[in-house]
Amino acid sequence: MQTTCERPHQTERRVLPTRARPARPSPLSSAITLAWRALLKIKHVPEQLFDVTASPVIFLLMFTYLFGGALAGSTAIYLQFVLPGILVMMVVMITIYTGVGMNQDVKKGVFDRFRSLPVWRPSVIVGALIADVGRYLMASAVILLLGVMLGFRPENGVLGILLAVLLLVLFCSALSWIWIFLGLVMRTAESLMAVSFMVLFPLTFASNVFVQPETMPAWLESFVNINPITHLVTAVRTLMSGTATADQIWPVLLASAALLAVFSPLTMWLYGRKQ
Amino acid sequence: MNAQSPAVETSGLVKLFGSTRAVDNVDLFVPSGTVFGFLGPNGAGKTTAIRILATLLRPDRGTAKVFGHDVVREADKVRWRVGLTGQFASVDEDLTGLENLVLLARLRGYSWSDAKGRASELLEFFDLADAGRRQVKTYSGGMRRRIDIAASLVVTPDLLFLDEPTTGLDPRNRNQIWDIVRGLAADGITVFLTTQYLDEADQLADRIAVINHGRIIAEGTSGELKARVGSGTLHVRLVNPDARPEAERVLEQQLGVRVQLEYDPLELSSRISSPEVATQALVHLAQAGITVGSYSYGQPSLDEVFLTLTGHPVDGETELEQS
Repeated sequence: MQTTCERPHQTERRVLPTRARPARPSPLSSAITLAWRALLKIKHVPEQLFDVTASPVIFLLMFTYLFGGALAGSTAIYLQFVLPGILVMMVVMITIYTGVGMNQDVKKGVFDRFRSLPVWRPSVIVGALIADVGRYLMASAVILLLGVMLGFRPENGVLGILLAVLLLVLFCSALSWIWIFLGLVMRTAESLMAVSFMVLFPLTFASNVFVQPETMPAWLESFVNINPITHLVTAVRTLMSGTATADQIWPVLLASAALLAVFSPLTMWLYGRKQ
Repeated sequence: MNAQSPAVETSGLVKLFGSTRAVDNVDLFVPSGTVFGFLGPNGAGKTTAIRILATLLRPDRGTAKVFGHDVVREADKVRWRVGLTGQFASVDEDLTGLENLVLLARLRGYSWSDAKGRASELLEFFDLADAGRRQVKTYSGGMRRRIDIAASLVVTPDLLFLDEPTTGLDPRNRNQIWDIVRGLAADGITVFLTTQYLDEADQLADRIAVINHGRIIAEGTSGELKARVGSGTLHVRLVNPDARPEAERVLEQQLGVRVQLEYDPLELSSRISSPEVATQALVHLAQAGITVGSYSYGQPSLDEVFLTLTGHPVDGETELEQS
């Protein structure tokens, strides 16, 4: 038998003082709001900045002083060569975290909340990317500042550095879409990390990040020469040294455009149909 | 606002997950301004149906309209008018309650200052003002449910989906949520509520649909559902639990009725057609020397309705209370 309903005293507390419906926010506004969310998460979970601050420091110091003498005869000379490479490697690695964040959102139910809102559909992803550009810039700043302290002196000065970082950020923003896509597909963040490291380790090491490919066996050299990371490193190096030619820049722009053209529609398609 | 359109109208809705028919040929009709209860055990398809109606899932067959807008072709118009609360559509645990509400208010087009105003207003209303600056992951179960509901009221929706709003809550928090739902209904919001608590649907909903294995097995007001079972029920509470098997045997033999043993080892119940037969039953028990502590005869509860409709009791921990 049902118990009698005890009707609470204040049944009609009014939650809704207004029926106001503000106008729909612009795509830019909703993307910026979601970027703000990503920044808030950094504020609440500052440990996640470890990857963009401590890892670059460790890598730069390690590679410069462990291998510099052996590879280039002196650590000072090697630093000039390896710093742009480490810069690319570190920032490329950080792109994984955009996908990890997406994967966590899906699992925690925030994802469905956002999907149920009448906002510009890609704003969740674009917002995360805007915040990630901040992380890319932060990691770049850490590496460059430390590099300059250690004696890194690029010939093309500040302008070269800015152009190089701009190109790097552009490429990495396009690359992120792969991990966001996989973040929607894969069941756990751990498996996503495993897959992305499996892709990025060979790509970053089998490139010209640490050494020029001339001494490698022919098969590896030809892989290194078609590796987009190699092209990116070359472009970043030459922009910093002031010797960049259009032939060194356009492959990077082309690769970025291709990544974006393939993975952003694919990701948005999946975003709409995720079950 | 097209006030004429029903809040929800589906026809032949089907959603398959592999070979499982999570939602199987569901027709629903929810008039605007009512509270609709969607009742069923775990895994019956309630959440899947809500996810379709809230544009998060595409149906494999059939159509679903919310205020006359197709949930697939006019998803954005639907999103404009519904609010969604459930374990699957929640808030960001890493953020504070205030930040979550400001975020959602911004996404619904409020300016930064209006968003803060609306967020504070909602926190105040849901007794979360003190917790507003704490991360949501530190909230208790009841607070968590309230912030989830607040999140879907940033802009007052015309239709609010509440997916199992009181599952896992203690009675005090449950009553608080019921109170909120009644308040929303009084404000004219259509509420589409899923629950596995029969009691909850009975308490809150104007109309109830019972779903099991993806199919609607009954629909109507709580009274209509009870009437469908067609007979009353005699509940008997014994003094000695050891006497229960004997009591069960006596009733089955003397009256030819099916006896249901309740969770409480002292209780048993039986569907009995009239008060006269119920009296006879008590006489038979007395003659067999079985002491009856208390008894009642009345309309069947929704639990019994479910049993009648599906042929088996609701599985698992679904009963909030049995008295």
